[in-house]
Order: sequence, then C-alpha cells, then structure tokens
Amino acid sequence: MKRLWRFFPALPALMLSGCTVDLLQPAGPIGEGNRDMMVLEWAVMMCVVVPVIIATLIFAWKYRASNEKAEYLRNWSHSNKIEVFIWGVPILIILVLSGFNYWSTHYYDPYKPISKEMLAKVGAPNAKPLRVEVVSLDWKWLFIYPDLGIATINELDVPTKTPLDFRITSDSVMTSFFIPQLGSQIYSMAGMETQLHLLASRPGNYQGEAAQYTGPGFSDMRFRTIAMPQEQFEAWVQSVHNTENPFVAKEALDAQTYPKYQAPPAVSNEVAPKPAPVLYFSNVQSGLFESIVAKYNVGNNAHGKDSKPMGDMPMDTHSDSQMAAPSNTGM
Amino acid sequence: MSYDTTHASVAHNEEHEHHQQETTIFGFWVYLMTDCIIFGTLFAVFASLCHHFAGGPTGKELFDIKNVEIETAILLLSSITYGFASINAHKKNKGAVLVWLLLTFILGVSFVTLEIKEFHELVAHGAGPDKSAFLSSFFTLVGTHGLHVTIGLIWMFILFFQVMGKQGLSTRMQTKLTCLSLFWHFLDIVWICVFSFVYLGSVV
Amino acid sequence: MLGKLTLSAIPYDVPILVGTFIGVAVIGIAVLAAVTYFKKWGYLWREWLTTVDHKKLAVMYVILGLVMLVRGFADAVMMRTQLALAYAGNPGYLPPHHYDQVFSAHGTIMIFFMAMVIMQALFNFVVPLQIGARDVAFPLINSISFYMTLVSAILINISLFVGEFSNVGWLGYPPVSELQFNPGVGVDYYIWSVQISGIGTLLTAVNFITTIVKLRAPGMKWMHMPVFTWTAFFSCIMILTTFPVLTVSMALLALDRYVGMHFFTNDGGGSVMLYLNLIWSWGHPEVYILILPAFGVFSEIAATFSGKPLFGYATMVIATGIITFLGSIVWVHHFFTMGAGADVNTFFGIMTMFIAVPTGVKIFNWLFTMYKGRVRFEGPMNWIVGFMITFSIGGMTGVMMAMPAADWVIHNSLFLVAHFHNVIIGGVFFGYVAGLSYWFPKVFGFKMRDVWGKWAFRFWFVGFYVSFMPLYVVGLEGMTRRMNHYDNPNWHPWLLVACVGVFILAAGVACQVIQFVLAAFDAVNKKPDALDLTGDNWGSGRTLEWSLPSPVPHYNFARLPVVRGLDTFHIEKELGRPAPLAELEPIHMPKYSAVGPVLGACALVIGFALVWHIWWAVIAGLVVSFFTVVHRSANLDIDFYVPVEEIRADEEAFAKRLAAAQAAE
Repeated sequence: MKRLWRFFPALPALMLSGCTVDLLQPAGPIGEGNRDMMVLEWAVMMCVVVPVIIATLIFAWKYRASNEKAEYLRNWSHSNKIEVFIWGVPILIILVLSGFNYWSTHYYDPYKPISKEMLAKVGAPNAKPLRVEVVSLDWKWLFIYPDLGIATINELDVPTKTPLDFRITSDSVMTSFFIPQLGSQIYSMAGMETQLHLLASRPGNYQGEAAQYTGPGFSDMRFRTIAMPQEQFEAWVQSVHNTENPFVAKEALDAQTYPKYQAPPAVSNEVAPKPAPVLYFSNVQSGLFESIVAKYNVGNNAHGKDSKPMGDMPMDTHSDSQMAAPSNTGM
Repeated sequence: MSYDTTHASVAHNEEHEHHQQETTIFGFWVYLMTDCIIFGTLFAVFASLCHHFAGGPTGKELFDIKNVEIETAILLLSSITYGFASINAHKKNKGAVLVWLLLTFILGVSFVTLEIKEFHELVAHGAGPDKSAFLSSFFTLVGTHGLHVTIGLIWMFILFFQVMGKQGLSTRMQTKLTCLSLFWHFLDIVWICVFSFVYLGSVV
Repeated sequence: MLGKLTLSAIPYDVPILVGTFIGVAVIGIAVLAAVTYFKKWGYLWREWLTTVDHKKLAVMYVILGLVMLVRGFADAVMMRTQLALAYAGNPGYLPPHHYDQVFSAHGTIMIFFMAMVIMQALFNFVVPLQIGARDVAFPLINSISFYMTLVSAILINISLFVGEFSNVGWLGYPPVSELQFNPGVGVDYYIWSVQISGIGTLLTAVNFITTIVKLRAPGMKWMHMPVFTWTAFFSCIMILTTFPVLTVSMALLALDRYVGMHFFTNDGGGSVMLYLNLIWSWGHPEVYILILPAFGVFSEIAATFSGKPLFGYATMVIATGIITFLGSIVWVHHFFTMGAGADVNTFFGIMTMFIAVPTGVKIFNWLFTMYKGRVRFEGPMNWIVGFMITFSIGGMTGVMMAMPAADWVIHNSLFLVAHFHNVIIGGVFFGYVAGLSYWFPKVFGFKMRDVWGKWAFRFWFVGFYVSFMPLYVVGLEGMTRRMNHYDNPNWHPWLLVACVGVFILAAGVACQVIQFVLAAFDAVNKKPDALDLTGDNWGSGRTLEWSLPSPVPHYNFARLPVVRGLDTFHIEKELGRPAPLAELEPIHMPKYSAVGPVLGACALVIGFALVWHIWWAVIAGLVVSFFTVVHRSANLDIDFYVPVEEIRADEEAFAKRLAAAQAAE
C-alpha cells in the first residue's frame, strides 16, 4: 500500500499530460466510423438519460414525505397518456438507432474491403490494398506480408492511405486482433481464417493488442503498429532485406524454422513470461499461413477445402511443396 | 416438531394428498422441460459437429441401422407395456402392475444392452468418442439418452419393490408411477428424434 | 489412492494464500468452538441444518451470499491494487498465475455464489409469503437446492488452499481452458462447482415455478400477484430454459478434459464458436435472471415508500415478459467480433437495443410511482434512487455496445467491464441490498439501524462512480480487460482513481457488516424499539407478507388468506379484514429432513474427487446418494400436523403485540 500512496502527488500532473483517448482520436476511416457511432448513440441516449436522472432527483425532492404542500394522489396508478409516452418515446428512439445500426453494421463490416468512398476521403482513390496475414501465437503476433515475402513478429509496419487487408488465424488459443486507433477488432481462431479491413490515414505509432485473454503471457501480447507514408514504408521493406539490420533474423521463416518461433516462452508461477522481442524475416516460405490454418482444419470437411486436409498423415513426413507446419497438438 | 399425523382427520389427509399429487406431477413436467432443453442442446451440438470427421470414419461407414431398428422397436414396445402398467395402477390391480413393470424392465435392459454392445463395437473398431468431434457429439447425445434410460430402469426397479411392499398402490405410489411413466414416454420421444436425426440422418 | 492429489498441491509458498488460510482457519475454529461451548450442535442440526422451512433456508442463503460477497470483494480489491501498482516495469504483487485466478474467481463467485445466492434467498423468503402459501411446492428439494449451492461454494473456496482455481475467466472460454493449454486442476474446480450449483439453481426454478402456479392463495389470479413474485416467476422461467444449456456446456468441456473428446479443442474438429454460442445463450439470459428480481424488489419498495400503488402494474408485468423473451435471443451480441455476417450482427444488435424499451418503461414506472406520492427515504428507498440514476447510465452504455460498429472497438475492453458492473452493481446489487434491508424486519422480527444502511448506501453510490467511471475512460483509451500489467502512461492515473474507488466501496461493505452485527447485538439485548411488533414494519406494506407477524410462524398463515385483488393487505387495511370464515384447522407441514445435508456432503465429496481424479470416492459418493434417495423414497413418516392449540396461541400472542403497538402510538 505504501507504494501506492507515493503516486498520488503526481496524479494531477499525469492527468494533464497529453493523453490519447485512442477510440475518440482514431487514425483511420474505420476507427472514425466506430467513434461516430459511439458518439451518436451516446448523444441520442443522453436525450433520455439526462431527463430521467433530473426527473428522479426532482420527484424525490418534491414528493419527499416532509413536503406536506405537494399534491398526494394516494391511489393513482394508471394513466393512458403517460403509458403511451413511456412506451412511445423509447420505441421511437430505438427505431432511430436501429436504422443507424443496420446502416453502420453493413457499411463498416470488417469483412468488407475499404470502400472507394473512404479512399477518396483520405485522398488516395486508387490505392492498391496491402495484404497482411496475421497469426496469433503464445504470446506474440506474427505478421506475414505474402506479396512482399517478408514477415515480422510483434511489430506491424504499414503504409498510410493504403487499404490493409488482414487475414487472421491462430496457432494457439483464440484471441482478438485489435489496433484501437485504427478501429474494429476481429477474433483469431485456430483452423479458421477471419478477415479485417482497416486503413491508417495518418502516420503514427499505435498500440496493438490481443483483446481476448490467452494465458499467462496475455498482458505482454502486444505490438506496435507503425504507420508511415508509402516511400518510408518502401524504405522499411528494404531495411528488412538488409542483413545488418539487428532486427532481422538470420534465417528464413519456413517449415523447419517456424516451430522455433511458434514455441511459447517458458512459463512459471512466479513471474510473467518474457515478452517476445521484435523480429523481422527477410524471407518467408509462401503458403505458410494457409498451412497453419490447414493443420487444424482437418475436422471441417464440410467447408470443402481444395487441398485435401492432412488428416491422419504424420505431419512431419510431409515435405512436398505444399509445406506442412508441424503440429503441436498431439493428434 | 414433535406432533404426528394422528391429530388430523382422514378426509383432510386425502384432500391434501390429492392436491400434493397434482402439484408433484406438474412439478415433474416442469423438470422434464429442463431435460428437454438438455437434449435439445445436445441435438444442436450434434447438428453443428456432425460433419467434423477429422479424418475419422463417417456415420455412413459406422452405423448398423438394423441394430438401431431393433433398439427402436424394443423401446417403443416398452412404452406400450408401461402404458398397461399405468392403466392397471389406476385400477389398483397390483399383480398386473407388477407383471407389466417387469416386462417393461426387461425390454429396457435389452435396449441398454444393445446400446452398450453398439458402443463397444464402435470403440473396438477405433471409432471411440476421442476420434473426432462428430464421434464425440454422437457418443454424448446417444450416451446421455442411454444414461437416462438406465436411471429410469433403476427407478423402475425400486418402484417395483415398493409396489410389492407395504406401500402398495397408495396415492403416493401412484404419483411416483405417473412421474416415471412421463419420464419413460419422454425418453421414447427423444429416442425417435435420435433415430431420425442421428442415425437416419447420417446414413441417408 | 488420492488420484492427482499430492502435498505439492498445497500452495504453502504463496504468502497471501497462507495468510488467508490462517485467517479462515482461525475464524472457522472459533465458530466451531463457540458452537461446541454453547452446546448448540443439536440445536443447529435440528432447527437449521435439516430444515425444509423456506424462511430458514432463505436466512442460510443470505449468510452464504454475504460471506461470498466478502470473498469476491477481496478479489476485487486485489485486482484494483495490482493494476494501480503494476505499471511501467513494476510487476505488481500478483504474478499472472495468481492474478488470473483472482479475476476468474471474482467473476465466478460474484455471479454464482453472491448474486444467484442472494436472489434465491429473496425467492425463498418472499415468494411463498406473497402468494399466501405455507411453503414451497417441494420443501425437501428446496433444502437440496440450498445444499448444492452451499457445497459448490465450499468447493470453489477449497481451490484456494488445495491446488488452484481456473485462470481463464468466469466463462472458461476454450481452447485456453482445454487440457492442452491448461493441464492443472483449476478449470476442473470451475467446472464442477458451476455444475453442482447449477443443479441447485435448476431445482430452485422447478420448485418456484410449481409453487407460483399451483400454491397461490384462494382468489389470487395471475394479475393479483405482487410484482416481485412476477419477476421471480419470469426469472425462474429463464433459469429453466437456459441453465440446462450451461449444464451441457460444462459437461462437454469436462468430457473434452477428462476423456479426450473434441467438442471445443483446436484439433479433432472441435469448434470454439460452438462453445461461445452455448455459453452465451445461457450467459446473457443469466444477467436478466439476476436483474428481473431486482426490478421486482424496486417495484415493491417504490410503492411502499411512496405510499401509493405501483404505477402501471400491468405494464410492469408485460415489460418483464418482453425482457424475458428478448433477453433469450440476443446472446450473439457477446461476439460481434467473431466475424459473423453483417445481417446476423444487425439482427442481434437491434434485438439487444429493443431490450432498452421495456427496461426504460420500467424506469418510468418507478418514476411515476414516486410522482405525487409521499416518499419516505428510509434505508431501502435510498438504494432505488441510486439505482435509477446509476442504472440509466449503465443502460446507456449497454445500448452503445449493442451497435456492432461501436462494439467492434469496445468489445472486451474495460469499457465493457465498467458497463456490466454499472448494471450489475447499480441494478442487481443495489436491488438485492435494498430487498434485504426491506424484508429484514419481517425475517427476524427486529429492525436494523437505518443510519448504517444509509452510510453503506452513500459509500456504495460514490464508490461505484469513483471505481468504474475511470474504467470507462481507460476502455476508451484502448485498455483490454484481464491485463495484469501495462506500460501505457495514459491509463495509469485512471487506474489509481479506480483503486481509491474500491476502498470507498470497502467502506460501504464495512458499514453493511456493522449494520448486521449491530442488529444481532440489538436482538440479543432485546432492545425494545428495535422490535417489529405489528408485522407491518414500514407502516405502508401492501402485500400479504406484511399481514403476518414478524418473525413469521413456521406454518406462515394460520388461515389461508382470501385474495380480493392486487395489494391484498392494503385492501384489507382500507376496508377491514374479513372475519375468519372457518375455525382454525390443524396445518399439514413437512418434517425436517437430513436428506439435504447428506446429499450435499456427497456432492462435495464427488465434486472434490472429480477434480482430483479420485475415482473410488466418486463412486462412494454416488452410492451413498443413491441409498439416501431410496431410503427417503421408502420413508412414509415425512409430515406432521401443527395442532390448533399452537396456532391459536400464536394468534393470541400476535393480537396482544398488535394491541401493545397501537397503545404505544
């Protein structure tokens, strides 16, 4: 407790320091949409909540027992007028909000590619999307850029004003892929591929997190999202290929090396597991993401995947071009 | 708490028992609704996992419809025999109740035996509940029904001896027999769903 | 012999747990010693532990619920202090292994063993009295329900000292709760304590639905039922329709963990999405199960303390029905972020928003109940004003989260945590506390000191805002729930404020404890002005329970009341009570029974043995339960008659007290 009190003198200063309220200061059209919906609903609901609170306080004060002057209707318990009002007003408000609900759920659907309209708004009407494959691991994030042949761990570098086309899966437990300032989050689940479309409209260094509990390393399962102008991004891609860059791994990410990076850190009861350091891969085997999805997908015959699921075949003997990620699942 | 029933008039007692019987049977219906939802949920689970074979065998490869048809016939027949037990219970015909109960019991035991045999064969062929999500949901759904039938049989066994004993066909015993009858017919209905959705659905 | 259980399962290297254990052991030994010293074991067994009397069961439920409140609250204090400290490299004092168990236990205990328990206490005490019944439909099953709840609470607390508790949150989402990622016994403790308490809750629902349908007093039509009974009825219907789903989800998770099935595993074709759907199709209705009775309590209190009938009784009942229906079809709003299609998300979003309509109507109804009334701000009434303000805000944030486009960013954040504490504390908890203080004099026949209740309310009201408003803010700053440490400087000041808030709440809890202790003190000393002589302690009771003496005799009603309308007791006070038509008759009552405690003990053994894979003990527990049930089934000596002389003596004593009370005025 002593430690706690030490912080108190600093409290006002901390509150005044330039805070970022991520969800209210978004850095992209999706985040702006999320915010607008939140603020809109808040504003509409305040139209009811504020009067209700005021009425509660006024009625409680005015009709207090000691106020003998107030009118007292000891048997009054029904009024059609009031009934119409108390049902009608909430229904009207909810109908209005439902309209917004329908529109925004469709307009900002995470599965829908960034619309032309949004692109035009940020001044990049013809921007081509950048594909990023996201894999949640224990307790880190792997980002694969299939078109660039590179990958990163715990850092997501993206160009601004470019639609980001995320394919998300998990090679461990379920969690949620979330960059608050860019907007919507989507679950990552093993054996399944979920999608998310975001866009960063201005450069910045944004926090990214796992928004669903994943185990002892959960709190450090975070990454920085660095959004930069296109030229800078291209320079960054070049730097990933630079072997002198200390962040770059000395080996390619492929079927043989993947298990090493996928493996969870040591876990103890006394301390939190070590967070994974940022790491770049200048070379990634193509099809890695698909094989991570496929290795759990053996059960879902109904989904009719083209590639025959790996089924009962021992996975580590699988060495043809369609590489197989080793299984840690003990099937 | 040291008073006993001698204070009460007999008429009062009977009226009370009648009311209690009505309440108990209503309560048992309410309980059956919870069981109904348990089975409903298990059916939903089966429906969502019934194609998740995980490289394991499918229902078409596994199920022996003939055996299941025999099981179905046995269970339906046991509902009829229990029906006769109920009719005789109302007529206060103790001997007949016992005979019909015994018959129902034998049919029930045969049903459970056939089911255990089926499960045993599946496991022996490497198609156990840990093989795939499909088999997990199959064993759980059908096994839960089988467990209910087994509990029903144990209940029937106890009631059999209670009817034989000093309680005879008292109002309280009749209430119990009625509750068991609801339970037994309910399991029959569930089985018909199992037969159509699980077995026929997988084979067709 | 002992399955997985070895000495190493005892966490003697964790000082917090050892300290807690010593504390619990000292209190436990003191209580046992006191009972032995005062030679009260026989009394305790005969009059309480074997009771089937719904009023005594209610008292035991309340005690259990309050003890669990303190336990769950201690968890909350630990979480808030951890988050106040664990900033910028400081790991705090709770490593993830411990912290994760704390938040899981907090959620599980507060929902299953605090809220559900106090809710069942209120059902037990109030419903039979309000409908003019002498007991519930199945008194013995009622006792079994209580013991299932009790032993599951004991089981969850054993996990503190033997092994560990679940670390995956109060809903145990797979696959992180599967054996592959969670080989310890924590999740098993969670599964079996939830499973056992679920049996108890289901039996309670069956019991009270039957009671309300079949045992209403002569003349009590459906639309004569007090609102609390209505809400209890709807709540029980929701338990009936959704708790079996919980039972199934827990059973399937157990099958995955115990026999290697593949319902929710990553491999073998399991589906985590299936679990989410199952658990939330119970989990969402669960919050309505909790809140509806609280609405019922507020309805009773608002009418009593405003000196007016409840405004819009029929509307209230209809709104409760609509909430019951809508509450059951909105569960998908807990995972808008799972990647479902826009149409699905829209449907569930809009349905969720529409729940705001009947809920809003209820708020207006309470508002217009106060309108042109004579509102007396005694203890229970404070909570309702606090509730209306707080719950409105919670409802607002709830509607915000119902819009998928907004939920995609506040899902799983501390905004969400703030929202549900806003409705659960501001709605459920305020309601239950108000209910406890409202019916307390009826239960025990003496009053609590109002001033401590008022202070408890003030601390809770202020403490709530100080604790949870900051969480809304950090939620908007992108902080997700269940974090153990962080380094975002924006979050830190707010989490410090929240930590202060939890200590204000602690002051509120302390006031409540003091209030109960002082009430017990007054009762022991027979403080004259603490006695409730008339049975109508608040002077303006409207429903049947206030027509009875306090405490209520064990048979409840000497004569079954004849109901002539809504608010029967109020009508009787206005028009005079009808002269008794018939002579007193002996009353048929169930005998007390040891079946409840025996089955409870068996369930505890079975639960513990299942956690540790001690199979012989599981079988032994099942065998003993079986023979207990068979023995009971063959037992014909299960009831007795209360003689007329006893009833007459009670009646005369009550008449004397009423006369004394009138003379005093």
